[in-house]
Amino acid sequence: MVQATAPKPDIQVAAEDRVGRHDRRRLADREGFLAWAMLLPSVIYIVALVGFPLLLAIAFSFSDVTTGDPSFDWAGLSNYQKIFGDPVFWRSLLNTIIFTVGSMVLIVVFGKILANILVADFHGKWIVRFLVLLPWTTPVALSAIAWLWLLDSIFSPIDWMLRQVGLINGNMYWLGRPSLAMLSVIAVHAWRLIPLAAVIMMAGLVAIPKDIQEQAEVDGGGYWRRMFEITIPLMLPLIAVAALFGAIVTFTDMTVVYVLTRGGPTNSTQVLSSWAFFRGIEGGDIGQGAAVALFLFPLLLTAAILILRAVRRREVL
Amino acid sequence: MTAATVDESIKADASVEALRRRAIRRHRLARVGLYLAAIAAALVCAGPFLWSLITAFKQSPDLYQRDNNPFLYNLPSTRQHVAYLFQDTAFLTFVWNTLWVGVLVVAITLVLSLPAAYALARLDRPWSGPMAIAIFFVYLVPPTLLFLSLSRLVVAVHLQDNTWSLVLVYPTITIPVSVWLLVGFLKSVPKDIEEQAMVDGYSRLGAFVRTVVPLVFPGIVAVIVFTFTLAASEFIYALAFVAPTAEKVISTGVPTELVRGDVFFWQSLQAATVLVAFPIAFVFNLFLDRFITGFTMGAVKG
Repeated sequence: MVQATAPKPDIQVAAEDRVGRHDRRRLADREGFLAWAMLLPSVIYIVALVGFPLLLAIAFSFSDVTTGDPSFDWAGLSNYQKIFGDPVFWRSLLNTIIFTVGSMVLIVVFGKILANILVADFHGKWIVRFLVLLPWTTPVALSAIAWLWLLDSIFSPIDWMLRQVGLINGNMYWLGRPSLAMLSVIAVHAWRLIPLAAVIMMAGLVAIPKDIQEQAEVDGGGYWRRMFEITIPLMLPLIAVAALFGAIVTFTDMTVVYVLTRGGPTNSTQVLSSWAFFRGIEGGDIGQGAAVALFLFPLLLTAAILILRAVRRREVL
Repeated sequence: MTAATVDESIKADASVEALRRRAIRRHRLARVGLYLAAIAAALVCAGPFLWSLITAFKQSPDLYQRDNNPFLYNLPSTRQHVAYLFQDTAFLTFVWNTLWVGVLVVAITLVLSLPAAYALARLDRPWSGPMAIAIFFVYLVPPTLLFLSLSRLVVAVHLQDNTWSLVLVYPTITIPVSVWLLVGFLKSVPKDIEEQAMVDGYSRLGAFVRTVVPLVFPGIVAVIVFTFTLAASEFIYALAFVAPTAEKVISTGVPTELVRGDVFFWQSLQAATVLVAFPIAFVFNLFLDRFITGFTMGAVKG
């Protein structure tokens, strides 16, 4: 966004012109105008509806705005003091970290496995790809509903299968016990994002030159050795991109939590984003909600910089 | 496993025939493993939906019986709950709202992001690299950070509880991604083609519209599909901005309207999930390869 307001580097254009011919300058000038004209609408849209609200959110976090009293009064750091003094905030922060790290590990490991399956050639590949895409392309609120029923406290078919095998007698209460609830939320979230990670990694698998693989095969490298000594190192930047993508989506997502547990039982699955929602929208305390939501920002920025560096490294390859 | 015994037999025979047989056996094992892995992956990913499909046609006394096999129809199947979904809920309204919001969002996204992507991919400005990164970073600013202030903004322009608020806000999610994807597709078009068109007398803009846009059309279709899916899946804004039943979209309408207090209309809910999930995944699958191409090409140049 900073670049949007930066002055046009005319010096460079002028320097080129002094070297080049006269008509080149006309073309360059027109292209400069065209580039701005084509880019500006998008930039304005984004500045108006992302940049401005972001500043507004920062302002809200220092105010006492509520749904009932929308007038803006300066409240200083009191919102931050309140949330830092609230044990639910620290609980949510810890949960957010557990939720993100747990999902990310699952997403990367299974995404890689799935990508390897999907790039192979076999009969019925089309139908397998179709079925595998389902978790990602379905609106998450709906697939979370399907899972809500799969994890039902009484009628869960997973429990039924476990009972048939003889592992349990009663029910697991997947969403009713704190640690199991967290596990369920992580599993459902990872399940939803694994296909996306697989698609990103497929792009990397396809890009590895065939002759490197073939050469390694001629030299006697077995499947696993090739996998760990050639494929994975070559794909590492893209795996990093997929992982950080997943981390950001996970970090900020509240849909799975909202539908499955609503943060319960007793805040054991409450994450920062869901808590910001309950505080800000359902509780009506916009100032505090904004303060909680903003707490995500420095962490996101770090993740974004990491992504950028991973992408840069990929370019060197 | 049997590799050791196989190795010995090779030493004994030292014949080409044995080597060949070994290769075939390894190959066959690998094939079987691949198929098993593919089936397992498909089952894990699609399992919940397949089970939703079974549930949608179950009678309640069959469903709410803890020891019934949940995968079979212990009582005859019924279409009653699917009919309920269509006749007694606003499901069709939700579908309609999702469709027109999706189409408008796709249109706004394309109109804004296609020129922007072209400017970044082709009109070599010194700032196009950093700008592309800046736009991509916008994608990383999540709805959870913005929904509070955006909801005030939506109130300020009198769009609260109105589906149009989503048309206004969703492009902020979709523009950054589609610029990212389109830059990738545009870079794959050889520069000579536009230059030729410009030599033939078209302006830069004319060359873009008449030669480049038709060439990246497959990419544009992939972006359309992706953008639509994003718009249809969005949950937080839709939940925060729109409350009346008639204005809701699928992703908020189904979970909120088919759950009344503690009463879940399970079969109808599952029917809705299946009816929405299968068509979207089907269309997406048609464009998966293109989407992968766009992602790699967009990712290379930052």
